Amino acid sequence: MKERIAITGMGIVSAIGMNAEENLLSLKGSKHGISKIKHIDTTLKDNILVGEIKKTNQELEEILGLSSPNNFSRSSMFGAIAAKEAILDAGIETKENTSIGFINSTTVGGMDMVERFYDNFLEKEEYQHYIEVHDAGSNTDLISEYLGINGFVTTISTACSSAANAIMLGARMIESGRLDQVVVGGMDGLCKFTINGFNTLMILSDTFNQPFDENRKGLNLGEGAAYLILESEKSYKKRNKKPLAYLGGYANANDAFHQTASSEQGDGAFLAMKNAFEVAGMKPEDIDYINAHGTATPNNDLSEGRAMVNIFEGKVPQFSSTKPFTGHTLAAAASVEAVYSIFALRENLLFPSLNFKENMKEFDLTPQLILEEKEISAVLSNSFGFGGNCSSLIFVK
Amino acid sequence: MERCYINGMGCISGQNTFEGDFLENPIDYSKTNIIHVVKPDYKAFIPPAAIRRMSSGVKNSIVASTLAMDEAQVKELDGIITGTGMGCIQDSEKFLDKLIGFNEQYLTPTSFIQSTHNTVGGQIALKLRCTAYNFTYVNTGGSFQSALLDGLIQVKNEGKNNILVGGIDEIAEYTHKLYQAIGHIKEDGEADYNILENRSKGSVAGEGAVFFVLSNEKKESTSAEVVDTHIINNLKVNGVNGFIGDFLQHNNTKLEEIDAVILGNNGDIDFDLYYDEAEKLFESSKILYYKHLFGDFMTAPSVSVWLASNMLKKQQIPNILYKIDKTRSSKPLRNVLIYNQYRGKNHSLILMKNV
Repeated sequence: MKERIAITGMGIVSAIGMNAEENLLSLKGSKHGISKIKHIDTTLKDNILVGEIKKTNQELEEILGLSSPNNFSRSSMFGAIAAKEAILDAGIETKENTSIGFINSTTVGGMDMVERFYDNFLEKEEYQHYIEVHDAGSNTDLISEYLGINGFVTTISTACSSAANAIMLGARMIESGRLDQVVVGGMDGLCKFTINGFNTLMILSDTFNQPFDENRKGLNLGEGAAYLILESEKSYKKRNKKPLAYLGGYANANDAFHQTASSEQGDGAFLAMKNAFEVAGMKPEDIDYINAHGTATPNNDLSEGRAMVNIFEGKVPQFSSTKPFTGHTLAAAASVEAVYSIFALRENLLFPSLNFKENMKEFDLTPQLILEEKEISAVLSNSFGFGGNCSSLIFVK
Repeated sequence: MERCYINGMGCISGQNTFEGDFLENPIDYSKTNIIHVVKPDYKAFIPPAAIRRMSSGVKNSIVASTLAMDEAQVKELDGIITGTGMGCIQDSEKFLDKLIGFNEQYLTPTSFIQSTHNTVGGQIALKLRCTAYNFTYVNTGGSFQSALLDGLIQVKNEGKNNILVGGIDEIAEYTHKLYQAIGHIKEDGEADYNILENRSKGSVAGEGAVFFVLSNEKKESTSAEVVDTHIINNLKVNGVNGFIGDFLQHNNTKLEEIDAVILGNNGDIDFDLYYDEAEKLFESSKILYYKHLFGDFMTAPSVSVWLASNMLKKQQIPNILYKIDKTRSSKPLRNVLIYNQYRGKNHSLILMKNV
């Protein structure tokens, strides 16, 4: 890496809290956010558990001070809340600041509003303003406008690894001298489209998700948004800002195995971790904690577990999946977990993998089961998605 | 820092652009508000069973990316980067139709799986067994330019070679109607759709799949150099001069060194003002436009890069691209600038050079 990429702010909304502080308290207290669906009208509501944010759209509008009607989807309201927190945390100005960028990511964009009015759009003019925010980028644009960012803005969609790739691009934009400060992360709200899509794939669990457990039944979908502020050395030093942590390394690779499934040995995952170590100039033994992708689907945990065993040559460091707390927040997952990784560094804490009972028979891997205090100087965070997309990030003190 | 060359291209569009034809026999679309791609012979590129399963955007992408890689004579890539405004909207519609129409019953995973934005990137990686970097940008009218910028950084700054970059969007029937209902697409039944003469609300809809192989090595197939690209999300009309001026200055290029400018005029009465403003800046450059031949779609700027590359390589500009019908300088084409915005947002500049 050419220069150290600092993280100078973060913000998050998830099923376990509407800001960073609340999320940390829930993690420390082993308080998960998984429950039955309350705010989305789906016929599947009695069949599945989700990590839902316990706020109606109207309550979210009130938090943001939005007037009605507006074009905000549930996802973009989460995005605006979390990004605003990150910017405040970093203490940076957005207005008149041309060296700040915004790299967002999402899988659903405005789908929640589109599916709600889909059949009535042509007849009911009062709903038509939601048509133009169907596409992902228009949702990013709404948030940019809300935050007052007028510069380099883009959106990434690589399924469940989206936010990791947003973080990675942010770092590369700084390294290539194109930006000094950049808001990076992801957002996804629950909607029927996603819930039903995952349901047809038969990877949703009707109970609390159990990553890396022999009897895991699948994932709980979640919703949320999280953002980091990445900053160049020149920029944070100039304003005497103390970074929260640094992005040590990153990598993106493709499994090139199947459109939705991961390869048996986790080739893409292995490659992503390997390349991230290379970029960071680190060795596997430098890692103190892994925040695993750990979705609790039979397929993911097997291939990710194998990839971890392979890359760490059997000596896998302490690891956990925090998805039993939040559910799988899809595009937001990697930034949600980036925030948790930074908590781990800052608080010197290992967070537990909830709901775990029994080791998988394919390998001898037991996730971290209790909250533990321990000096942590480097965290590896994995995120993998459909389309073979695999990304790994390394956060350091 | 390395230079970034375009070593191969593939273009599936509303014109016959996939067989080496450079608008020699352009199709006239002045009487329509929707322009579909001219379908290539998919059978020559994709197994029959897959043809039936894939949406048109995926199929067009497989063909265009294959053409680009064949021309560049590369089999392995250091990255696959796609941009798409609406993603695989045909499959999204299919899934939504059932989801809403049958109240969440009788759903199958196929259209859900294929509806994800990164389907094209994933499919190409699968086909090539390519485990390299794989990104998908979905930023409305800046989707393709984001992909191009990423590829440019990889080649110029990060020592990567042979990066496949593409822009894809497909027309889907119901979504098309919805965007027409809100005035993004021109109404049916206008007397003609001459986008220069008759500005009205919205644009003529188009679709396409255009792929490039970016490389740091110049070779026989090299058509042009991509010097730089820049995107910003928001700009007022009176900011256009500064936007272009700063970009050119940053690239040590003077206004008068720009031999041709490709503008994104789409006949939208509310937003073509940006291009009017840009046009005023260039007194000696050739002023070109292209959306009358291809329609407009979120990744339409990918077509303009294809046009600029061809112009620079062949040192020839098809007459039909001239916006201002007067012969300006007759110097050889060296620098081509592309300016595009999408409904007043996603302003982008791309500077290309002959090699």
